[in-house]
Amino acid sequence: MTARDIEPGDMVHKGHPVTVDRYTAGARLNHWVTAASLILLALSGLALFHPSLFFLTGLFGGGQWTRTIHPWIGVVLFFSFTGLFLRFWKANLWAREDKAWLNRIRDVLTNHEERLPEVGKYNAGQKFIFWGMSFLVIVLIVTGFAIWDQYFNNLTSIPVKRVAVLTHSIAAVAIICIWIVHVYAAIWVRGTISAMTRGRVTGGWAWRHHRKWLRELVSGKRGG
Amino acid sequence: MFPPIPNPATKPVPPKFGEQDLIRRSASRVTPPAQRQTEIAKLIDVSKCIGCKACQSACIEWNDTRPEIGVNTGVYDNPHDLTPNMFTLMRFTEWVNPETENLEWLIRKDGCMHCADPGCLKACPAPGAIVQYSNGIVDFVHQNCIGCGYCVKGCPFNIPRISPVDHTAYKCTLCSDRIAVGQGPACAKACPTQAIVFGTKDEMKHWADLRIEDLKSRGFQNAGLYDPPGVGGTHVMYVLHHADQPEIYANLPKNPTISPIVELWKGVAKYAGLGVMGFAVAFGFLHHLVMGPNRVTEADEANAENLTGGNPS
Ligand code: HEM
Ligand code: SF4
Repeated sequence: MTARDIEPGDMVHKGHPVTVDRYTAGARLNHWVTAASLILLALSGLALFHPSLFFLTGLFGGGQWTRTIHPWIGVVLFFSFTGLFLRFWKANLWAREDKAWLNRIRDVLTNHEERLPEVGKYNAGQKFIFWGMSFLVIVLIVTGFAIWDQYFNNLTSIPVKRVAVLTHSIAAVAIICIWIVHVYAAIWVRGTISAMTRGRVTGGWAWRHHRKWLRELVSGKRGG
Repeated sequence: MFPPIPNPATKPVPPKFGEQDLIRRSASRVTPPAQRQTEIAKLIDVSKCIGCKACQSACIEWNDTRPEIGVNTGVYDNPHDLTPNMFTLMRFTEWVNPETENLEWLIRKDGCMHCADPGCLKACPAPGAIVQYSNGIVDFVHQNCIGCGYCVKGCPFNIPRISPVDHTAYKCTLCSDRIAVGQGPACAKACPTQAIVFGTKDEMKHWADLRIEDLKSRGFQNAGLYDPPGVGGTHVMYVLHHADQPEIYANLPKNPTISPIVELWKGVAKYAGLGVMGFAVAFGFLHHLVMGPNRVTEADEANAENLTGGNPS
């Protein structure tokens, strides 16, 4: 049987320490294109969100450029995120142990790793980030097109645009908050960032945080 | 007859208002000037309009815009809508009065109303792209405009238009550049029937009262002034012969207000949004401060090595 949370390229290498391949070069490239677009979108969007942040337009060559470029970066983000979605959705399906993990969220936050159930490639928190972002990217692209007046002004009426721009700004705040949690988690849980920079984590990291996944890899339930 | 504004002096005169008279500036705070200008207004008497479009021509001429030559689709509206090059537009409606069975040809001069509480300015994210002077004029400052189209969403009257050429928003300026030197708006100057008159807001209200009295004496019982309180009153007002149903004049809104969605977007959503994002960052910092990092231990590594069947090297 192949475990559904094993992704192509996931592999254990014996050694001291053990290393585990977690992301292929393609997945990493895909991730960083998405990350860069999300950050640029957040900066250019926030510049228009509140007057106190308008100075951020300076990063993009002024207000006119910020307004012009933001939706195009949105299009890049959409395609790039779709790539990530296709890669990662299977491993992010809900699993039995996720509920137990969530019930112990206190222990998660207080670094009591030993009291948590063994989880697969992603824990419930990571899955929440994945599905939350997936949903919000769809909301953002749909509402974004509704207010992309330079090309699509006639697509929607003014009352629709009002709802769209409000929804877009709320969804943007939500995705930025999820992004903050995502980045913080990567910093807080030491040893995580190398997964996205070099594609590898140590065996100890996998044992500590994703033991079920590690066991599956060791026992050879390699995914397709 | 309302006394027309005399022709200008031939000598240059200093502008009568400027930066120091701003009472609102988009995406910025201004300290309101101690001395306020007298509020001015334009009064459009729909009952006097003959639909000649001299005002439209004067507007094009003064503002030096070049509307495209259009096509006739069987109505008199020309062009068919406001455009970045047409700040004012005569909108023609053929309306059968149900009481008299008479066909009434209603002609309304559409354009910016210069709201006391302008939705365009409220929605604008660019500092200083929309300004409001203490005399009531709401003006767009093109060098600050970023072309986002938020003013279009903020306006309760669907007035601003974004130019596809320079990507900035255009609308009637109330001829702020003429008024600054003691002139009236170009449209008012050109109007052959005095359907458009210009003066202080008080003068205009007073003049409107006389006009309404006259209309009532001619059988228009519902004649009245359109100065909608929902936007704090406007500095372009209409005398309507059927003021009880402004919608019949090409959908003039009965009780225009800034959309509650725009108020929400520009009000609580901004503060709550900044607050929530700030909270997320603060939570991260505090959590790290209190709990510290979550580190992999020697024991974890050893367990992984055992699991993979020992250390080959
Ligand atoms: C996915 C495709 C996206 C499209 C097509 C898009 C499009 C737009 C458009 C057209 C605007 C109006 C300003 C302008 O014309 O530049 C806007 C505003 C904004 N966008 Fe996006 N966007 C997208 C994604 C995002 C993302 C991912 C974020 C957050 C990380 C974001 C944050 C914002 C914010 C904060 C605003 C300002 C809203 C306000 O003024 O209240 N957008 N977007
Ligand atoms: S009518 Fe529209 S564009 Fe004119 S001041 Fe009011 S909100 Fe602004």
